[in-house]
Amino acid sequence: MGAREQRPGAGGRRLHAFNGGVHPEEHKSVSTSRPIQPLPLLPRYVVPMRQHIGNPAAPLVQVGDKVLKGQMIGLPEGAISVAVHAPTSGTVLAVGHRPVTHPSGLPDICVEIEADGEDRAVAMAPVDWRAMEPGALRAHLRDMGLAGLGGAVFPSHVKLDPGKERKIHTLILNGAECEPWITCDDLTMRHHAAEILAGAAVMRHALGCETVLVGIEDNKPEAQAAMRAAAEHAGYPVEVVAVPTRYPGGGGKQLAYTLTGLATPSGGLTTDVGVQVFNVGTAYALHRAVALGEPMLSRIVTVTGHVARPGNYEVRIGTPIADLLAQAGGELPEATGLIIGGPMMGFDLPETAAPVVKAVNCVIVKDRLLFPPPPAPLPCIRCGACARACPADLQPFEMYWYAKAKDLGKAQAYSLFDCIECGCCGYVCPSHIPLVGYYRFAKSEIWAREQEKAAADAARARHEFRDFRQEREKREKAEKFAAKAKETLAATTATAEPGEDPEAARKKAILAAAMEKARQAKEGVQPKNIDKLTAAQQKEIEEIEARRARAVEEKGTP
Amino acid sequence: MIGSPHVVSERNSVRLVMAKVMAALVPATLAHAWFFGPGIWVSLLLCLLFGLFFEAFALGMRGYPLKPFLTDGSVLLTGWLLALSLPTLAPWWLYAVGMLFAVLVAKHLYGGLGQNLFNPAMVGYAVLIISFPTHMTQWPAPGDLAIHVPGLAEAFDLVFAGQGSISPDAYTSATPLDSLRTQLLNGKTAAEAMTQPPFGYFGGKGGEMVAVMVLLGGVLMLMNGVITWRIPAAFLGGIALTALVMQLIDPTRQAGPLFHLFSGAAMLGAFFIATDPVSASTTPRGQLIYGGLAGMLTVLIRVFGGYPDGVAFSVLLLNMAVPLIDTYTQPRVFGASAPRRPRV
Ligand code: SF4
Ligand code: SF4
Repeated sequence: MGAREQRPGAGGRRLHAFNGGVHPEEHKSVSTSRPIQPLPLLPRYVVPMRQHIGNPAAPLVQVGDKVLKGQMIGLPEGAISVAVHAPTSGTVLAVGHRPVTHPSGLPDICVEIEADGEDRAVAMAPVDWRAMEPGALRAHLRDMGLAGLGGAVFPSHVKLDPGKERKIHTLILNGAECEPWITCDDLTMRHHAAEILAGAAVMRHALGCETVLVGIEDNKPEAQAAMRAAAEHAGYPVEVVAVPTRYPGGGGKQLAYTLTGLATPSGGLTTDVGVQVFNVGTAYALHRAVALGEPMLSRIVTVTGHVARPGNYEVRIGTPIADLLAQAGGELPEATGLIIGGPMMGFDLPETAAPVVKAVNCVIVKDRLLFPPPPAPLPCIRCGACARACPADLQPFEMYWYAKAKDLGKAQAYSLFDCIECGCCGYVCPSHIPLVGYYRFAKSEIWAREQEKAAADAARARHEFRDFRQEREKREKAEKFAAKAKETLAATTATAEPGEDPEAARKKAILAAAMEKARQAKEGVQPKNIDKLTAAQQKEIEEIEARRARAVEEKGTP
Repeated sequence: MIGSPHVVSERNSVRLVMAKVMAALVPATLAHAWFFGPGIWVSLLLCLLFGLFFEAFALGMRGYPLKPFLTDGSVLLTGWLLALSLPTLAPWWLYAVGMLFAVLVAKHLYGGLGQNLFNPAMVGYAVLIISFPTHMTQWPAPGDLAIHVPGLAEAFDLVFAGQGSISPDAYTSATPLDSLRTQLLNGKTAAEAMTQPPFGYFGGKGGEMVAVMVLLGGVLMLMNGVITWRIPAAFLGGIALTALVMQLIDPTRQAGPLFHLFSGAAMLGAFFIATDPVSASTTPRGQLIYGGLAGMLTVLIRVFGGYPDGVAFSVLLLNMAVPLIDTYTQPRVFGASAPRRPRV
C-alpha cells in the first residue's frame, strides 16, 4: 500500500496519493476577501526569547535600554537557535516571564518594549548571497532570526545545511496550506509570488539542488496563477503543481510524497530522501533577509472565525493577541474562545495578553455554531475509521487502547512515535474519542520516563563508583592487614609470643576476599541488560534516540 | 482544555453508523415478511424489546448512564440480527434467552460496547441452537409451500400462547440445508435433493430472495462507506471456493458454491455479522484472512458438522483468533521498510 498513484496534476507531473487524510469544511473564503493589511504601530510589544525549535535566544538588553527597530535583542545560543529582534524602536520595560502563545500555557522569558512612536530602524543592508561562503550565509540567516513560518519554526539556517552525506535534489515550497480556515500562505502567494521565488533561489543555491517544486492545494487557483506567472520570470526552472485538497496534504512528508513519490523513512526527515521542504512564507521572509537585510520582524497572520473583520494582517512579532483582535474589529458577541493555528492541530489560547510569535499563522475566534463543544465520547468500537484516515498508516485505536491502559511500551510498539498528531483519527472517530490527546499524553509520559531513567542511570553509575571506591579502600586495608597478620603469624610461630590470634586474621582476610568476589559477581550481573543487547535491540534503541532528536522538528509541520 | 482537533466530522457517530446498518437490513426484513409471513415482525419486536431491557438492566447494574448507551443503537442492531437468524413463530422465551446471552453475557460481561470479544448476536444464536435444537429447526415454510401462513394476530398467539389449534406441520418445513442433509443421508445425490420442494432457483425457496435482499443491503453499505469490501468479499470468496473444491471432489453429494452462498445465513454473515467491527479483525490483511477462513469454516461445518448452519460457529471461532491475526498482520507504517513485527 502507499504506492497508490493519482491522475497526473496539471503540467503532467505524476502525483502520488498518500493513504488516509480527511476533508473538513474549508472556511477559507472567510478571510480571503481583503488584501493583507498592515497593523498600525502599537504602544507595547512583548517579544519572547523562545520562538523557535531549539535553544531560546539569550536576552541582550536590560530594563531601561533604548532599542531600535531590527536591533538584535536575543542572541542565538548553540547550533539550533536563531536571533530575536526588536519590532520597533523604544525602551525596554522589562525582561522577565510573561504569558506566551504556547500550548503548554506556561509563561516564558520575554523582553517587553514600550514603543517610542518613531519606529527608527537600525541600518539594514542587502547581502550578496551568490558571493557569500555557505557558512557565512547561514550565519546571516541565523542572525536575521529566520525560522520556518509553517508552524514548526525550525531554524532555517539549519535546514539549509543538510550535511555532507545527504544530497538534496529537490526543494519543495510548501504552499499547500491544508488546514481549514488558514489563508496566510494563500495571500502571501497572491501578493508576493516573485519575492517567494527570489527567496527560493537563495535556498536552491544553498542546498545545491536543481529541481524546485511549489505544491499548492487545488482550492487556491489565485495563488497558483500568481505563482505560475512569477515562475516565468524566476530565472530558474520552477514547477508549480496543484495537489489535491486533502488534509494533511501540507505536512512536509505528505507533500514530499505527493509530489515526488518518495516516502520519508519512518522516524526520518525528508532530507533522507533528498527533499527539503520550506513554507512559502519562510521563502518570502528569507528573501527580505537577504535582499533588504531585514530581520524577521513581522509575519502574516490570518484572523478569522467569529470576528468583525476577518482577514490577513501583517503583524509585528510581539504584538499582543488582544491588540491584534482589536485591530480586526474585535470578537463578535458570544465568542467562546481562541484557537491558535488551525482547527485540526491548533491549540486553545486562554490568555490574550500573549503575543504573536513566529509560529502563529492563524487566530480563530470560536463560537458555539462553528465550534460546538465535542459530543461526549463513547467507547471505541474498533470500526477502523481512524486507521483508514491515518496518513501515517497507523492503527490509532490500538495506540489509544494501550495509551489509555498506560501500557506505554505497547503503545510505542504500535508506532506511537510515527504519529504526526494531525488529528485525522479524532476527526473521523464515530465515538468522538479525543485520540490525539491520548497520544500526546503517552509521548510526554515516555519522554519523561526516559529522562528519569537517564537520570537514574547516571545516579546509579555515581553510586556504583562510590561503592567501588569504598570497596577498593576496604580491600587495600584488608590486604595490608593480611600482610601484617602474615608477618605476625611468622613472628608468632618463630617466637611463640602471645599476640593476636593468627587464625582470626586469616579468617578476616578470607572473608574480605569472599566479599570482593560477591561484589564482582554482582557487578557482573548489573550491566548485563544493556551489554547483551541483540543487534536488533541496539538498533531499536538508536532509532528511538534518533527519533527523539528529530521529533522536536517534526512536531507541527503541517 | 479541549485538545485538537477542534472539529469532528458531523457525518460520523456511533448512532449514525448503527442506524445505517439497520437501514440496510430493511429490504431483507421486508422480503422475509413477504416470503415467510408476518411472523418476523413479532420476533423482531421481541428481540428489540428484550435487548433494550437487558441493556438497561446491565447498564444500571454497572452504574453507567442509560441515555447515551441505550440510544447508541448497538443493542438494537444486535436484536435485529438475532431476529433475522432465528426461526419466527418460536415461543417468546426463545428470543428472551437469546437476547439475554447476547446482551448480558456476550456484551456486558466482557465490558460492554466495544469490548466484546465475540459477536453478541451469534453468541445468542449458538446458545439457543445448542440448548433448544428442536425449536431452532422449526422454520416457517415459505408462503407457497405452507399449508397455512399465520397472520399477525395468529403469530402473536403462537409466540405467546404456544401452538394452539394449528399444528406446526401446517406452517413449518425443513430448511433447505436440513433437507439436503437428510436427502444425502438417504442416499440421494445432491442434484436429486435439490429438485425437492424447499429448493428454489439457486438456494432455498424464499430464503434465496431474502439473501438477495441482504446482498443488496450489503452493497448499499459498501457504497455508503459503512463497511469496507475486505471482510464480505473474503467471506463470500471463502464460501464459494471451499464449496467449489468440495463439489469438484465429490460432484454427486455436494451442492456447489451458488447454493452455499444463497442459503442459510451466508449473506447475512458476510455483510452484517462478520463485519461487526468490535469482534472482527481490524488490519487490511487480517480482514482478508479472517473473512476467508470464516467462509471456509462455514461450508466445512455445514458439510461435516452436526448443525444446520455454520455461520455462527465459524464467526465465533474466528472472533477468537482475531487478536492473533491482528498481531501478525500489522500494516506497514508510512515510510517504514517493513511491516510492524509483534513483540512478545
Ligand atoms: S475511529 Fe474511534 S471508534 Fe473507530 S476504531 Fe478508531 S478510535 Fe475506535
Ligand atoms: S494523529 Fe497520529 S494516529 Fe491520528 S491520524 Fe494523525 S498520524 Fe494517525
